[in-house]
Amino acid sequence: MMRASITGVADTAVGNLPGSSCMGLHTEAAAMALEDAGLVAGDIDGVLCAYSFTEPHLMLASVFCESFGIQPSYSTALQSGGATGCVAVMQAAALVESGMCRNVLVVMGDNRLSGMSRDKAVATLADVGHPQFERAFGVTIPALYGLVAHAYMHEYGVTEEHLAAMAVNSRTHAARNPKAQMRQPMTVADVLASRVIASPLKLLDCCLISDGGAAVVVSAPDSAQDTRAPIRILGTGQKNTHEHLVAAPSLTAFGCYDSAAQAFGRAGVKPSDIDVAEIYDSFTITLLLELESIGFFEKGEAGPAALKGALDLGGILPCNTHGGLMSYAHSGAAGGLFHVVEAVRQLRGEAGPRQVRDAKLGFVHGDGGILSAHCSLVLGNA
Amino acid sequence: MSDKPLPTPNAESRPFWEAAAQGVLRIQRCDSCGAAQFPPRAICGHCHAKGAPRWEDARGTGIIASHTTVHRPPSPAFKAEVPYTLALVTLTEGPRILVTLRGKAAKSPAIGTPVMISFDPPVGPNAIALPYAEAAA
Repeated sequence: MMRASITGVADTAVGNLPGSSCMGLHTEAAAMALEDAGLVAGDIDGVLCAYSFTEPHLMLASVFCESFGIQPSYSTALQSGGATGCVAVMQAAALVESGMCRNVLVVMGDNRLSGMSRDKAVATLADVGHPQFERAFGVTIPALYGLVAHAYMHEYGVTEEHLAAMAVNSRTHAARNPKAQMRQPMTVADVLASRVIASPLKLLDCCLISDGGAAVVVSAPDSAQDTRAPIRILGTGQKNTHEHLVAAPSLTAFGCYDSAAQAFGRAGVKPSDIDVAEIYDSFTITLLLELESIGFFEKGEAGPAALKGALDLGGILPCNTHGGLMSYAHSGAAGGLFHVVEAVRQLRGEAGPRQVRDAKLGFVHGDGGILSAHCSLVLGNA
Repeated sequence: MSDKPLPTPNAESRPFWEAAAQGVLRIQRCDSCGAAQFPPRAICGHCHAKGAPRWEDARGTGIIASHTTVHRPPSPAFKAEVPYTLALVTLTEGPRILVTLRGKAAKSPAIGTPVMISFDPPVGPNAIALPYAEAAA
């Protein structure tokens, strides 16, 4: 089969951007991604958007197209929480591989930090809890992930230091990325000393709240051949096992394994072939559990390996090289798309001081809900 | 208290909340395959047999599958209670339920601890009695 390619990527400034707007971030990222691809607005015949907290709308893709001034033959908005970025790239690949579209623009953004209060953001996120059997007890997203963390730690002997190693790795990478929201050096002791949010998760085990937007152009093979630096989508996969944690079949095994196995299988590669990984890291437990479930590490070994630098440049699996959701930025659905953008930059060799040498195969993973929705991408530059 | 997000019973959950107001924990069980189910649904999520699963009284016992102590509440409505401890309890019948943990089980929560489920007094227009767990006697 002729594979789809990612032909353009972009992200706006991230962090606290007073005066930014949800649609402003969308259109800025879209224009930058088109320029990066060497395409013009008229080349786009498909658009996939996500959702917004600050400018929510029933039809966000229509709102974007109106705002950007395009009338594509196909457009819709997708909602898979943090997995939406990867899900949209997977859907875009299917659209161009089926012949339905030639160039699909995936664009997401939100001004979640400056456009709403932190309390409102926390409360809005907590609404993903089950309306009758979770929310009434005062759950938060960190609390639900805290429940997963304790169960996983108990089963596999993971410690709070192991979790902290995930956050420290993100910060180490972010220090090399001038765009990252948080760049101040950080140690395991700093993470352990930060205030408890929902045990065992502390402030520095949690992702940021940010403003920012990102866009990706996915093109059919005949369209991609004219672009500057296409990166091929070699394999994609998805798996959902539940939505609410109270109904999850397991508290320690989630859909990440099946999702990744599908993507690896379609690409004809295995985890040890991957040169660089950009993996959804809403919390330290999210990343640690995914690294071990996907097959990059044995159960209980990701933490000790990360403490020895396995996820840093020069390690066996450089991971979240932009700084991830914990140190780069997390602005809603765009947060998961930042991982895609970074993987493409790594595979093009455009990552500057944080470049993974000779990166040829990249892996991107998104997680939505409480490890509910998973989507994996294998990308390659050959 | 009144601004807490109290559940609104619907077609699937009403029998649960009616029993809860009487201090009884009820779960669903499928007549076709025998699977126990919670949260309640319109169909058996295991075998998809036609029709809603029947309701049965649960024993009200289980073990702590996991726990977390919340220091940062979702909204001001929960501020007065922080830190509070939540637990996922695996009921003796199999399904899990999320509850607040109270008493000595909440002081040093531990996975595997046997607990029993009780209910607060009913509140609000729908007479909602929220379940909680404490260490089994």
